[in-house]
Amino acid sequence: MEREIVLNTSKIGKFFYDPIEFKALDDISFEAYKGEFLTLIGKSGSGKSTLLYILSTMDTEYEGELFIDGKKITGQKQDNLAKIRNENIGFVFQFHYLLPEFSCLKNIMIPALKLGKFSREEIEEQAYSRLKMLDMTDQALKPASKLSGGQQQRIAIARALINNPKIIMCDEPTGNLDTKNTQIVFDIFQQIAHELGQTIIAVTHDTDFAKASDRTIELADGKIISHGKK
Amino acid sequence: MKLSVNTEIGLTHLLSRKRQTLVASLGVTIGIAMYIFMNSLTLGVNRYSDNAIFKNAPHLRVYKEDEMSKPIPGVSSSSGLPVIVNPKISNTSLNLVNPQKLLKDIQSQKGVTAAAAYVTANLFYTNGKSQVNGVASGVNILEANAMFNIESTMIDGDLRSLVNTPNGILLGVGIVNKLNIKLNDNINVISSVGVVKLMKVVGIFKTSFAITDKTKSYVSLATAQQLLGQGPNFVTDIYVNVATPALAPSYVPLLQNLTGYNVEDWMVANETAVAGSKIRGIMLGGISWAILLVAAFGIYNILNMTITQKLNDIAILKATGFSGKDVIRIFVLEALIMGFLGTCFGVILSLVPTTALAHVYIGADIGYFPIRFEPSIALKGAIIGMIVTFCAGYIPARRAAKVDPLAIFRR
Ligand SMILES: Nc1ncnc2c1ncn2[C@@H]1O[C@H](COP(=O)(O)OP(=O)(O)OP(=O)(O)O)[C@@H](O)[C@H]1O
Ligand SMILES: [Mg+2]
Repeated sequence: MEREIVLNTSKIGKFFYDPIEFKALDDISFEAYKGEFLTLIGKSGSGKSTLLYILSTMDTEYEGELFIDGKKITGQKQDNLAKIRNENIGFVFQFHYLLPEFSCLKNIMIPALKLGKFSREEIEEQAYSRLKMLDMTDQALKPASKLSGGQQQRIAIARALINNPKIIMCDEPTGNLDTKNTQIVFDIFQQIAHELGQTIIAVTHDTDFAKASDRTIELADGKIISHGKK
Repeated sequence: MKLSVNTEIGLTHLLSRKRQTLVASLGVTIGIAMYIFMNSLTLGVNRYSDNAIFKNAPHLRVYKEDEMSKPIPGVSSSSGLPVIVNPKISNTSLNLVNPQKLLKDIQSQKGVTAAAAYVTANLFYTNGKSQVNGVASGVNILEANAMFNIESTMIDGDLRSLVNTPNGILLGVGIVNKLNIKLNDNINVISSVGVVKLMKVVGIFKTSFAITDKTKSYVSLATAQQLLGQGPNFVTDIYVNVATPALAPSYVPLLQNLTGYNVEDWMVANETAVAGSKIRGIMLGGISWAILLVAAFGIYNILNMTITQKLNDIAILKATGFSGKDVIRIFVLEALIMGFLGTCFGVILSLVPTTALAHVYIGADIGYFPIRFEPSIALKGAIIGMIVTFCAGYIPARRAAKVDPLAIFRR
């Protein structure tokens, strides 16, 4: 069966110049398929986050080319990129999570309100269904700043899912979670990838988590050393 | 109510820091209130001083200028240059030719509200041995009254008697006191060309100018013409009032073309008073702007601080698909809401000093302090307030729009 490519890169390289010239990524070419649960592993400092920022369209200063859904992303205007992110990419950050003054529910709803595809009531309903998936319904109306790190991370995951993006990118999505919740998140990822056809690209240190995913790409010193099982 | 996401985010920011929002708004409130108060003050005082001018002087005056003697053409000195050894005012009449037609022409001009013919005669008022010199204005008293509201200065008699009493005269109260006479007494007047007439005092007026009261009188046009030994077509000045006094200078060329005579507007005739108004305007205007800018700076400051504290939020918004424009909208909206709140309260607050001052009794013919709440100034203040807060919001908002989310996430 011919699989549909959702995201692919061609020879991506990234330099940092401060404090010294340093090549953080080198010749990164790979593709991610529709409905694939892809994990990125590698030692600390190997360039996982750096790569993810480029894939997320937030970093625009790199060599090589990035395509999402066959469309070239490299070189597009900031406002366009913002729109692409809003529609096509859900992002779960490594450290920074939520807007502290808003309730959890609002945090989840905001990207959808921005997208404006559904009415407020529909969006609220969708947000609640995501909360339910993550076992967080009882926290819905709490301000985000009043949650624990793990709870915040789950809200961030719910937010990443709200617009049914083609791709969900996560930097250590389970870094702050216990085994039970890690399992919940894993099952959700599995489910949305395989049942809903969304693509997951997750950076992780958790080798069990990586092993259980569809495919694992391994980075070392800014280079891909393994494309994982096909 | 359906709010856009940007509005909702802006409102949440404001509501979650109510105290800061209030402080920034309060700055605008005070700024706007002071702006409105100061400018109402300027307007009130200037209006009063202009009105004081217009009690005696018209907006425009049409008259014939004295001419200096010119060399007789053709007669020249040995060097070939025409020379006058001792130039003098030439002895031509200051009469305006065909005044009735001029008056009609002027009255038919757009914007002219009143025009009146004047004959000015220098003379002495005498009662037995007492003698006072002064100036009589020969007028159609009803026309003049329409212009200067002479009626409001009458303290005795009735100015309408001047119409029916051919030898009637309205005297300033100063003259009456000096000559020790009263209403319905008779006095002699002697004009500068030596004509003597017996006049009956039919009215006494008192203005706020002592000099005027000590010299001025009103007589009928015909009487003034007789006093100057002139016929019924002799008129020295035409006084003109227009709808908007401030625009008087723009009528000067128009009337000059129309009449062919000299035209002087009130601003030229009262340069000192006009300069005074200007200085007051600049001074109070400057102060009010300074206060407004301080208020704007308050908004700028608080927004700047908010943005610095919210770099993380801005980064998250941008990562989840908000564009730079959205970020600008969010923060400009916050500034505008603070500005709007402040402006509304400022307009209300400005009522306090204006009404308080309007109840201060000054005395003389001023009465109460000449200030009132001016809706036009309040509107102007509100518009300026909103523009200033927009700018105060836009500058930090642009900085927020440029925030690079990566720079935040990588920290
Ligand atoms: N802003 C920056 N300026 C200079 N060097 C940077 C910058 N960000 C990252 N680097 C360098 O690039 C390399 C890759 O960093 P990156 O954050 O991608 O690592 P990582 O694989 O995500 O590590 P971790 O697992 O600890 O999160 C590191 O050597 C890091 O020092
Ligand atoms: Mg990382």
